[in-house]
Amino acid sequence: MGEERVALVTGASRGIGRAAGLALARAGSPVAFGYRSDPVNAEEAAAKVAAEGGRAMAVPIDVADEASVAAAFDRVEAGLGPVRVLVNNAGFSRDGLAVKYPTGAWDDTMDVNLRGAFLCSRRALAGMLRARWGRIVSVASVAALRGNAGQIAYSASKSGLLGLTRSLAREVGGRGITANAVCPGYVETAMTEATRQDNVRRYLDVTPAGRAGTPEEIAAVIAFLASPEASYVNGAVVPVDGGMTA
Amino acid sequence: MDKAELQEKVCSILAEQLAIPVEKVTPEARFSEDLDADSLDLVEAVLALEEEFGVSIPEEEMEGVKTVGQAVDLVATKLGADA
Repeated sequence: MGEERVALVTGASRGIGRAAGLALARAGSPVAFGYRSDPVNAEEAAAKVAAEGGRAMAVPIDVADEASVAAAFDRVEAGLGPVRVLVNNAGFSRDGLAVKYPTGAWDDTMDVNLRGAFLCSRRALAGMLRARWGRIVSVASVAALRGNAGQIAYSASKSGLLGLTRSLAREVGGRGITANAVCPGYVETAMTEATRQDNVRRYLDVTPAGRAGTPEEIAAVIAFLASPEASYVNGAVVPVDGGMTA
Repeated sequence: MDKAELQEKVCSILAEQLAIPVEKVTPEARFSEDLDADSLDLVEAVLALEEEFGVSIPEEEMEGVKTVGQAVDLVATKLGADA
């Protein structure tokens, strides 16, 4: 068996995170399914990996909380080994027009989507630098590439995630570590469940594929960016959006 | 551990981390000018020192460290303070 590249996926109890964890496991990584509020589904995903012959665990992690991030990494390192692949997937979204947008929702969005990715990346980097190998894949959004009425906080946070990704790529790209981002288009998940039907129609109207994406279609790109084969892809922003931003 | 032992240990870690011969790592040696270390090299060296000595060196305390001797002093202070 070659060196195992342990992966930690945040927000992995469902949706894109869960699919990414399963894809990474099938590519040979031991996987920690990070969850904040849904241990049952995270455990179920880990059990599914185990049933397929892989190694996996579920781990509680509130990415916005420094102590929780530290504790989660410690648990993963003890349970599976040092984290070599980090997928910053945990995300928060609350739509609303700017003029009436609540300050608390703005803070919650930034805390999870941006501060969370920073805290997890910082914690992961120490070990990756020692190993001279690492993969950080952040799940942004097409809202990072285009403005979106009603998504001021979400769009700003995801654009920020691209800045984080690109700066990381330059900082550690000389050490065998890459940082990349995927920008999913409209994907049907629990997070997008609250999207109003007229908005869904509007998204699909501008998507050449003419349909929503699946979590598995995003996960396949994440798994590639996390793979050894993607060693020359660094600081890339990859839309996975059925052509929406083409 | 006395200061001489500490210095020897710090120098050997720095030499390994920066991939340079240990003879070049003298107390007077300046990281950027003499040892060709960039800021990431320095951060990595600090991570290695933290791990070896079980100390925590915040970023603001790294800023004044320009020479190997200053790095030794910082670790010595940390060990004193943490003891």
